[in-house]
Amino acid sequence: MNLSVQIGKLRMQNPVTVASGTFGYGAEYARLIDVNQLGAVTVKGIRLNPVPGNPTPRTAEVTSGMLNAIGLQGPGVDGFIKKYWPFLRELKVPTIINIWGTTVEEYAEVARRFDALGGVGALELNVSCPNIKEGGAQFGTDAKLLSQVVTACRQATTLTLITKMSPNVPNIGQLAKAAEEAGSDALAVTNSFPAMAIDIHTRKPKLANITGGLTGPAIKPIAIKLVWEASKAVKIPIIGMGGIQNSDDAIEFLMAGATAVAVGTANFYEPQTSLQVIAGIRDFMERKNIADVREITGSFQPGK
Amino acid sequence: MLEQTVQIVSHERDAESYFRLVLRAPGIAPLIQPGQFAHVRILPLKDALLRRPFSIFQVEGDTFSILYKNVGKGTDALSRMRAGEELNVIAPLGHGFTMPPAGGETPLLIAGGYGMAAMFLLAQRSPQKGIVFVGGRRRVDILCEKDFAAIDWEVRVATEDGSHGEKGFVTVPLLAEIKNSKLKTQNFKLFACGPTPMLKAVGKIAADFNLPAELSMDEHMCCGIGTCLACVIKVKSGESWEYQRTCTEGPVYDSREIFWEEAK
Repeated sequence: MNLSVQIGKLRMQNPVTVASGTFGYGAEYARLIDVNQLGAVTVKGIRLNPVPGNPTPRTAEVTSGMLNAIGLQGPGVDGFIKKYWPFLRELKVPTIINIWGTTVEEYAEVARRFDALGGVGALELNVSCPNIKEGGAQFGTDAKLLSQVVTACRQATTLTLITKMSPNVPNIGQLAKAAEEAGSDALAVTNSFPAMAIDIHTRKPKLANITGGLTGPAIKPIAIKLVWEASKAVKIPIIGMGGIQNSDDAIEFLMAGATAVAVGTANFYEPQTSLQVIAGIRDFMERKNIADVREITGSFQPGK
Repeated sequence: MLEQTVQIVSHERDAESYFRLVLRAPGIAPLIQPGQFAHVRILPLKDALLRRPFSIFQVEGDTFSILYKNVGKGTDALSRMRAGEELNVIAPLGHGFTMPPAGGETPLLIAGGYGMAAMFLLAQRSPQKGIVFVGGRRRVDILCEKDFAAIDWEVRVATEDGSHGEKGFVTVPLLAEIKNSKLKTQNFKLFACGPTPMLKAVGKIAADFNLPAELSMDEHMCCGIGTCLACVIKVKSGESWEYQRTCTEGPVYDSREIFWEEAK
């Protein structure tokens, strides 16, 4: 039975990674699960310099999901390399580093720095964070800007580039196509959905940032549709994500057109989820007599 | 730190909306240090996904307990669970209190409401006896006086409505003790857990009297193990501040480290 998949030049031993921002820098969850069982570890977004992040409260629970507006708090490239890379470098599984910037040049510079580091599995271009004023989603919702970011990063590195798509666009196929044409090796679909919640007793927003990104099972059906639409528009592989809680959810993403999947918010409440998803995909393949996980990708049958 | 599915040994109403929950957790119980917390997944909660953090109250053999108030969806579902049912916990988590050394400063413990739960293990294990000050809105909000009496700790009570102990905030009897004590004030160390305004007031008293103080800080928590960066507070760093995770670097901080100016 083959569970391995190829994302650009990145080989994953199985199609399951974790979503950026839900798994820290790997070491935190390594105390609770064997991270070497994953297809890849995806770390929280890094820009060139340290980022303090947003005021608190930064998260709020909502029905079947949660809102977050962390604001991409992070140690910057140098801090990441010093503090977190020594652990990640020693893992048997590849690390996908999520990167971002406030300018096209910064994205390219961060890509260049990680290219020079050596040993990085792939770079995920975060052009879709809804919680920062500059950078992030502004690049992911305009085909021209998106194309500029991907082109600049493509020139800066030979590493596999995964463009993390914003869900907040009228036509994801068009943006997906722009990323592919600019040289992206793969897509991650999707990021969190802009959302908000109000405490009716205090009449205050539940997040200090007022708005945040909705994640968790509440977004899964929307993310499934986005994966399907993006997959019809491009030939490059897609990492599907959005509310995956178990292997049934993951298989649904694969059938919609994803080559791999990422477990996100579920890590926060059930750290074993990603490993349970891998085991569940294997069970499903055994039961359905599927020899290669790649056969599942895009296998749903809309016509019948 | 371990993740375990654990069984409820007993679950009793303490008073009004306060409950005592005892869990059998053989791997976890021996690891627990005073001031640490458990991150609990309440399995019957279907559409509310996140774990709930609770201070660890008591440890006995292979069990530990929490003392909580029913304040919302999570604790309401929890309050309906019975002995024999299961919860999933990640524990023990966070950096707790420093144990007062034998012959060292007299520990003064200050608790607001169910913050009292976080203080018991410290009192029980401290080689140096001290005084615990507890405040609440009403008589019913004053918890576990008997538990502290049973380990021979003096309890001083203050209620905002005056229905039990002194009328006013918990800082009233605390200040009285510090000012009137026969001990030199340098011989006290403060330990506190409660609402943020109370912690801020305790931090100010510590600064005014030049006393060491450890405060258990409370911030909205999500993953509990240091990945999501939700539960951060501002901690002094050089001339400025940095965000630190209350779940990992905290919840207990030296009060001099806290950057209060913008704290809630």
